[in-house]
Amino acid sequence: MYKSLLANRYLRTRFIALASIISVTLGVATMIVVNSVMSGFSYQMKDRIHGILADLMIESTSMDGTQNPPQELIDDVMKIIGDEVVAITPTMEIYGMMSFEWAGQTVNKPVTLIGIVPDGKDAVSPLKQYMLSRKAIEQDGKIIREPLRDMHEPLDWSLTEQAIQVRKERADYINLKSMWEDSYGAANRRQPLPEKAVVQISDIEIVESDETASPEATTIDLVDSTFEISEQSEPPTSEMPAFQDPFSSNKPSEKIDLTKPLSGKVFIGAGLVSFPYKDRDTGETRIMYMTQPGWDVNFTTISTGVPKPVSFPATVVDIFQSGMSEYDSNLVFCNLEELQQVRGMMAFADPSKPEDNLNWKNGAITTLQIKLKDYTKAPAIIRKLQMELPNQTDFQVRTWEQKQGPLLEAVAVESAILNVLLFMIIMVAGFGILATFYMIVVEKTRDIGILKSLGASSGGIMFIFLRYGFYLGVVGSSTGVALGLLFVYYINEIESLLSRITGEDVFNEAIYYFKDIPVMVSPMMVVWVALGAIYIALLASVLPAYRASQMHPVRALRSE
Amino acid sequence: MSRIIPMNSNTVPHLSARAIDKGYRKGEHQVPVLRGVDASVSRGEFLSIVGQSGSGKSTLMHLLGLLDVPDRGEVTLDGKRIDNLPARSRDELRNKVFGFVFQFYHLLPELTLLENVLTPLMIRYSRWEFMKRKKEFHAMGVDLVEKVGLGHRLKHRPSELSGGEMQRAAIARALIGQPSVLLADEPTGNLDSRTGADIMKLLHTLNEQDQLTIIMVTHDDAIARQAQRIVRLSEGRIQTLEEAAA
Repeated sequence: MYKSLLANRYLRTRFIALASIISVTLGVATMIVVNSVMSGFSYQMKDRIHGILADLMIESTSMDGTQNPPQELIDDVMKIIGDEVVAITPTMEIYGMMSFEWAGQTVNKPVTLIGIVPDGKDAVSPLKQYMLSRKAIEQDGKIIREPLRDMHEPLDWSLTEQAIQVRKERADYINLKSMWEDSYGAANRRQPLPEKAVVQISDIEIVESDETASPEATTIDLVDSTFEISEQSEPPTSEMPAFQDPFSSNKPSEKIDLTKPLSGKVFIGAGLVSFPYKDRDTGETRIMYMTQPGWDVNFTTISTGVPKPVSFPATVVDIFQSGMSEYDSNLVFCNLEELQQVRGMMAFADPSKPEDNLNWKNGAITTLQIKLKDYTKAPAIIRKLQMELPNQTDFQVRTWEQKQGPLLEAVAVESAILNVLLFMIIMVAGFGILATFYMIVVEKTRDIGILKSLGASSGGIMFIFLRYGFYLGVVGSSTGVALGLLFVYYINEIESLLSRITGEDVFNEAIYYFKDIPVMVSPMMVVWVALGAIYIALLASVLPAYRASQMHPVRALRSE
Repeated sequence: MSRIIPMNSNTVPHLSARAIDKGYRKGEHQVPVLRGVDASVSRGEFLSIVGQSGSGKSTLMHLLGLLDVPDRGEVTLDGKRIDNLPARSRDELRNKVFGFVFQFYHLLPELTLLENVLTPLMIRYSRWEFMKRKKEFHAMGVDLVEKVGLGHRLKHRPSELSGGEMQRAAIARALIGQPSVLLADEPTGNLDSRTGADIMKLLHTLNEQDQLTIIMVTHDDAIARQAQRIVRLSEGRIQTLEEAAA
């Protein structure tokens, strides 16, 4: 009874000890904040990685894809693990290069082309939600553009009304331009136009995504932006100035309907075609898009067999922003049929009518993406697939986590190291407690003598100080928990306050893609941190408590 | 007051020390404090131990009260040796049999007067037991505090009390556990003569009315003479035993 009473009184009357516990409080608060933000980031990141990848991927080891028709593979897979599958979709992954004209220059970007069947892909991993046409675009907290179509509309390759309009204006412009070129520009022409359909990719600087091109910012380089559509296997004829087709038309662009989208259609990652810039007048950060839905861009990738470069133009259907910069600045989703066709993976394709009978079922694929009913069963399912899939050596079965293993591991290692460091801070605080406690024991020497003379046992004396240490730990860590949780709760307010004070954007949305700082408080983490801090305070009080218990009563009583 | 109890009565003395040697180590030298000291006290007796500073009187009291262990010799309680008991049992004896009063009162500054008085009971009983009998103990404490004349100071901290009041509180604390022996180390040493006289009066009352055995250590002959019997110590040896002139 006297133990808790005294420990309680010591706690209430000794402010120096409370001061020593502040370091524990701060340590605990920091740990909670850091862990919450780290797990918030990592959760969001995992969510976004997972969002674009699928639960499970069966990847062909060859870049040329499967030998058999994909439907056969799908049937095989469904036979083995059909009960566990929610959705399955064929895809093709291949590296390539994207090029388009912007501000008078050709912009080249290495990309990963992923051939998809949109609704199938959307069923495996929801892609719709990332499409800019389905999102409201905000700027400075205000919506500057409403979504152009409903979020729940099925995902397909259709252009939005706005994109069609943009395309029309563009076609008119190109027609006008080429008419002008035909009439007056022949003398300036450095190279002849090729005889087949020519599409000029020019570049209009747009500040907001839907703003129409301003004439001053428009530059067109006719020559460099021409290419061929139909004969992929041949090098672009425009590079051969000596070649003059006697039957070449004066108005090649009239041969095809420029307002109709090309057969190649793509969703492009926002990071590939945009960049943040600081407005010189307002000093605010804005996003500049270098292309927009309705325009065309050009891709180069390799054909199957002995790799040869193949090029194809494609219409930008939409721009996606997943928030994972690695995806947004790398991925381009293309219609699977076009990619199969271009890479020469399409069987029964009629070269004369390339756009007919395009069906991915006739071509090869490289990857099957699968969404599972229960992701936790993935390891067992992978084992099963590896055992039972025919021609298993041709495939590699991985989960999205295994595919992104290094990235996830890096995050895990980072957070582990941070935790170790922060726990060391709390341990330093523990030594502070130790020193303070030693002083308190010295100060309390006479009281210890009194208690012993009144019959208190050594164990009892030790217990007083252990309990005191425990109380201090509880007070310190619970204050720390409260402080940490409060900080986490108001982290965005604190961030904006800091931004206002320092005049610099502490958490730049344009860099992180997050509007708010993502936080995730895991209750277990909070409990462990709090218990750890209490344990350290308790541990730090053991030595002084032991010293107190071993004091000789007479000597203790004599001390002044 | 002049009840005389013969030294060598056949009855076993209540508390006695026999052939006690005690020394302290100071650096490399063993400094003897007590050399072959015998002392005993019967039940209900008021004994005072007198001597100059350094004569070992306080050490003798500490040994009798089990705060320290003798180098040689033994301490017996009702004929049973108690100085070689395990620490636990000695703690328990200190709590139940002895009550201590010190020159500097030694109250715990964090506790109120009543809590200070109740400390021995808190030490004796488990938390649960104490909570169960809290009312009873509380009443006991209040009674005792009133008996020493501090009924109006129950909730005060020691720092808010005068010297005499603190010493009364210390006496109340020593008595709450209903000890059979009260050990007082210079109880008046830090008080002016009038307050000192009040304290002495209180001790006499306790001795006479409650038949409490008191061993009082003092350097003041005048105070010592108020006891029934005096043990005079000089340089660690018994100088004289004398009956106090009442």
